[in-house]
Amino acid sequence: MSDLEQLYQQIILDHSKRRNGEGLVEPEPGHAWGETHQHNPVCGDQIRLRVETDGGAIRRISWEGDGCSISMASASVLVDLAAGESRESLLGLVAQFRAVMRSRGAIEADEEALGDAAAFAGVSRFPARVKCAMLAWVAAEQALAAADTAAGQG
Amino acid sequence: METVTGPRGSAEAEPALTPLDDTEVRRLRGDFTLLERTVNSVPLVYLDSGATSQKPQSVLDTEQHFYENFNAAVHRGAHTLAVEATEIYEEAREKTARFIGAGPDEVVWTSNATEALNLLTYSFSNASAGRGGEAARRFALGPGDEILVTELEHHANLIPWQELAFRTGASLKYIPVDADGALRMDLAADLVGPRTRVLAFTHVSNVLGTVVDVAALVELARAVGALTVLDGCQSVPHLPVDVKALDVDFMAFSGHKMLGPTGIGVLYGRRELLDAMPPFLTGGSMITTVTMERAEFLEAPTRFEAGTQRISQAVALAAAIDYLDEVGMGRIAAWEEHLGRRLAAGLASIPGVRQLGPAGAARIGTATIDVPGVHPHDVGQFLDSRGVAVRVGHHCAQPLHRALGVTASTRASTYLYNTDDDVDAFLGAVADVRGFFGVGA
Ligand SMILES: Cc1ncc(COP(=O)(O)O)c(C=O)c1O
Repeated sequence: MSDLEQLYQQIILDHSKRRNGEGLVEPEPGHAWGETHQHNPVCGDQIRLRVETDGGAIRRISWEGDGCSISMASASVLVDLAAGESRESLLGLVAQFRAVMRSRGAIEADEEALGDAAAFAGVSRFPARVKCAMLAWVAAEQALAAADTAAGQG
Repeated sequence: METVTGPRGSAEAEPALTPLDDTEVRRLRGDFTLLERTVNSVPLVYLDSGATSQKPQSVLDTEQHFYENFNAAVHRGAHTLAVEATEIYEEAREKTARFIGAGPDEVVWTSNATEALNLLTYSFSNASAGRGGEAARRFALGPGDEILVTELEHHANLIPWQELAFRTGASLKYIPVDADGALRMDLAADLVGPRTRVLAFTHVSNVLGTVVDVAALVELARAVGALTVLDGCQSVPHLPVDVKALDVDFMAFSGHKMLGPTGIGVLYGRRELLDAMPPFLTGGSMITTVTMERAEFLEAPTRFEAGTQRISQAVALAAAIDYLDEVGMGRIAAWEEHLGRRLAAGLASIPGVRQLGPAGAARIGTATIDVPGVHPHDVGQFLDSRGVAVRVGHHCAQPLHRALGVTASTRASTYLYNTDDDVDAFLGAVADVRGFFGVGA
């Protein structure tokens, strides 16, 4: 496989069209939720992402955004992966994903844990694209923090 | 200082009227070492000169030659080296001035066009605060005054004016573009009025490559006594530009886009205007008498050149101008127009790819595309895998992209060293984009 095919694996191209979780969803009453807007000024990629929890587990992630196939696919993959996870385990997955992305190809992705997100391993060899892959994940991390604050206040 | 070496083969140069052709361009390429490199194991096809140009050997050699033989602070000290350095530095200014049809006192060195436009707007700001006295009153803006720009502008010729408007209470208006990105000249006449104090606009769109009708806009501005400011970033490197013929009051451009080094740019201003403007940056090298309370300033252009200047960069820019002059700006413009037409014709025959900008407009060798269904970032990545270097994104022109109904685009921009093969490599790669991403198969 060429570097380019490593970058744009079929799973990624499929997710970039499927876009799981696209379209912001009104949170259920009683659920804690948080939302953030992430923007990559270099290329204009942007995402508004909402995380909804029932206190312990992630109930739903929804988003709207505009960007390259890498950024859109990574949001789609995240939505699948996060459903039903505890907030700690989602934060653990974000940390794991970030480590792979920043490794310049040195760290292999754990397919067991990361599922379809493991297909993004090829992105780590394209430093200019790591930000694209991370966009939704950083948004999720921050939305979760916002949800925690909101819950704490409520 | 003697020129190090001109364009390769210039000794047997053809008469100036012979058009630049593929054969001569291939010879010129020999002067640009970088163009020989590969990326991703394929030969580099550099089509991003709109962002920054590559540099010929003579420019690199001149800068090194200066440091090896003449380096000293200019306009300071009486030792031989300082005198020689000053002479070379001022020769560079004269050459640059001649290149755009200006007088040497009308060329202010800046770091780049962005700094040139900020210098201008901050000087106007200072005039608005009363600095520069009676002479500077003509630059003072306040509530009721209008600054007019266009929707085509690069952020560098937009944000400084926005900020000036905020600081002074003047209002900012713009001449819009139509859905194709053509400037609405039919609306311009209504937008220019007695309140218009400044009309700032680009000569060539950095996104679309289209050439703006400078004469028509200058005529409108003159009729109401407004100052004209031209962004020459994409025209000075690619077209013969004469500020007196264009009759503009100010013009900004950058050296790095015209074969010169980074770190050097120019603000051209009419002599009598520059001499009446208050300074922007202040400090050493721009004063006559200084007391603990106040300072008297030198005349233009030194009034605007506070602190130790970009000496080697100015000298290297002069070498770039020598190179351009030897090839001939008219010939360069004609060659790039040819490349632009080749790009447009090729793109028109690729399904699912749309060239942005008004069809049939006068253009430099720039083509910007939208591939519905494939994000420009992905288009650029795919092209890069074929060695084709283009710019993707909003090209520092978000309002224009908004007007065109896209958030980003992919731009190929040529220079005198690009061949027909470069254009064809780009077209070939673009033709494969949708297939690779599985769009509209
Ligand atoms: C039309 C136009 N104006 C202004 C600029 C700013 O030039 P610089 O970044 O060299 O200051 C550019 C270059 O990007 C440009 O293309």
